[in-house]
Amino acid sequence: MIEAENLTKVYGIPRDRAVPLLRRADREDAVRNAGGFLAADGVSLSVSPGEIFVIMGLSGSGKSTVLRMLNRLVEPTDGSLRIDGLDVSAMSQDELRPLRNRRINMVFQHFALLPHRTIRENAAYGLKIRQVPAKERLERADQALRRVGLERWRDSRPHELSGGMKQRVGLARALATDAEILLMDEPFSALDPLIRRDMQELLLQLQAADQRTIVFVTHDLNEAMRIGDRIMVMRDGHVVQCGTGTEIISSPANEYVSEFIADVDRSRVLTAANVLRTPLVTARPDESPGDVLQRLENAEMNGVFVLDGADRVLGVATDEALARALRDGAATLDSCLVGDCHTVPPDLPIVEFCDLAGRHTVPIAVVDDDMRLLGVAPKAAILAALAAPRKVGHA
Amino acid sequence: MPRIPIGDAVESGIQFLLDRLGGLFDVVSAALTRLVDTVYAILVAPHPLLLIAVLSAVAWFAGRRLPLVVFTVLAFLLVASMQLWVQTMQTLAVVIVAAVIAVAIGVPLGVWAASSGRASVITRPVLDFMQTLPVFVYLIPAVFLFGIGVVPGVVATTVFAVPPAVRLTELGIRQVDSEVVEAAVAFGSRPRQVLREVQLPLALPSIMAGVNQVIMMALSMVVIAGMVGAQGLGAVVVQGITQLDIGSGFEGGLAVVILAIYLDRVTAALGSGGFKRRRAQGGGTVDLALPKQVADVS
Repeated sequence: MIEAENLTKVYGIPRDRAVPLLRRADREDAVRNAGGFLAADGVSLSVSPGEIFVIMGLSGSGKSTVLRMLNRLVEPTDGSLRIDGLDVSAMSQDELRPLRNRRINMVFQHFALLPHRTIRENAAYGLKIRQVPAKERLERADQALRRVGLERWRDSRPHELSGGMKQRVGLARALATDAEILLMDEPFSALDPLIRRDMQELLLQLQAADQRTIVFVTHDLNEAMRIGDRIMVMRDGHVVQCGTGTEIISSPANEYVSEFIADVDRSRVLTAANVLRTPLVTARPDESPGDVLQRLENAEMNGVFVLDGADRVLGVATDEALARALRDGAATLDSCLVGDCHTVPPDLPIVEFCDLAGRHTVPIAVVDDDMRLLGVAPKAAILAALAAPRKVGHA
Repeated sequence: MPRIPIGDAVESGIQFLLDRLGGLFDVVSAALTRLVDTVYAILVAPHPLLLIAVLSAVAWFAGRRLPLVVFTVLAFLLVASMQLWVQTMQTLAVVIVAAVIAVAIGVPLGVWAASSGRASVITRPVLDFMQTLPVFVYLIPAVFLFGIGVVPGVVATTVFAVPPAVRLTELGIRQVDSEVVEAAVAFGSRPRQVLREVQLPLALPSIMAGVNQVIMMALSMVVIAGMVGAQGLGAVVVQGITQLDIGSGFEGGLAVVILAIYLDRVTAALGSGGFKRRRAQGGGTVDLALPKQVADVS
């Protein structure tokens, strides 16, 4: 559990002169006039155990500064920081070292491996600092390397590895220490797009097994959406918006965020739950075909979901089948039920099912684990959700 | 413009040192003489041919290049045949002692200079001063303090040779990838661990270039040291000049050049060889395709 409040970093002027400036109403101008630079301005965040919290922003937005204040590689000018209830902002350097070694580890953009050491020794670095005996630390390093698929390379040196493999070593180095918090500073930004995807996948797999608390910095919103449970968007040292990917995409806080999300692949972020609509018409199996057909006609629809008493989807009745049953004098819908529909869980990304929209006489059904109908995802709703909001100020 | 008596101040300062700390200088002088004598004794103990074999072996292990070994054998045989073997070994002893002292002083100073901007600002003008002040200006006070002989030569040589060690150590440490240093700190390293595990090893090529420069500087000083009574090739050259003996002066100079080329190539090979050899071990290109079965992690 990371709780940071009002974390502020001023570069260029000493702390004792900077703090009074921060108390002023026009602190941004005051700091600038004093020759300083406000890299992070009153950033508060709280990250729950097991969460992947993404800090997103362009270069110069202060995201890396905020990340480094979490293990005090960058000394905050102001604000408080607690990790698992410990007051980190008040710790001395002697208290910080075990905290960094055992609880908070870090993965770096350019890997930051030791070129003169083997892959194994690199992976064992944190344990070496902890003074774990050589045999044990190398064993644990091997385990970590196995988890990232690199045990074959353990006796190589970093320059023999590709970028993606180097970052696997960076990841293994952090895994080997068993720290519960992982700070990741644009770890995949220096990698090719395909390798980047593999690495995101690897991170998500490791996370599914370990449930670490991860703070992940990136400038790539698609990456943020893909791996982040929550995303904090930063600009010029300020927090612009903080929320889940879906929240940010469906209700951007301001113009800046909307500009940012314009390029996001919305079909991968938005899920069935985002396009959920109440069905206009449903039917029970014991209703008469005539009544149901009448309701369909009023709603100008060609098919209807037939639900049991607990709203579970039994099947679909099309208008043609209903008309036939009416002609045959059937009293219930049993004879018209067909399975001609597609059901999806509410958390499925739109990209996984949007090609099926319009295939059937009924819209796509969104159901829970018990097949209970939560709602439908009509084609029009899917298209509306995928259409990016118009950028203002562009032709 | 009133005259500021800097010269007088320096003179009385030297006098003050002589009066108050004369004993200390005598001790330092005795220790340095002993040190140079010992190194010299080791160098001339074996037969010249045996030492040439040793020097050739050192050249081979430093760079693993045959031409350097061939050069070493032929060049030192030439030195022996010019009857300058003893003088060359005297010079080599002074160079070794001065270089070791200069590195022992310079590398820690370089580490300190790299540790903060303020330290760097303090050391830089001092180093400029040491490097550009004409040599005789401090050779003569050195003679006052330590007397005629090999010691003022060693001291002047050391003073002259320290700056490159400091500069290149500082440069090397400052050039270490800041992210790697940051990573070491982020994993809980103490400053001393960062220095030992990261900064010094990664700065090693630059530090070795510094050592190389130190030795070259030291060698360029030995001729001048000959003027204040240090024995060796410097004395040979000085004698050649004063007696207008062009032939023996040239021979002495040639021996200096041979020593210089040998020391330069060997230390340069040591500096760059460390990394190159490791690189060669890994060999070949790296198979970028990684097995996909990294999935079975859970």
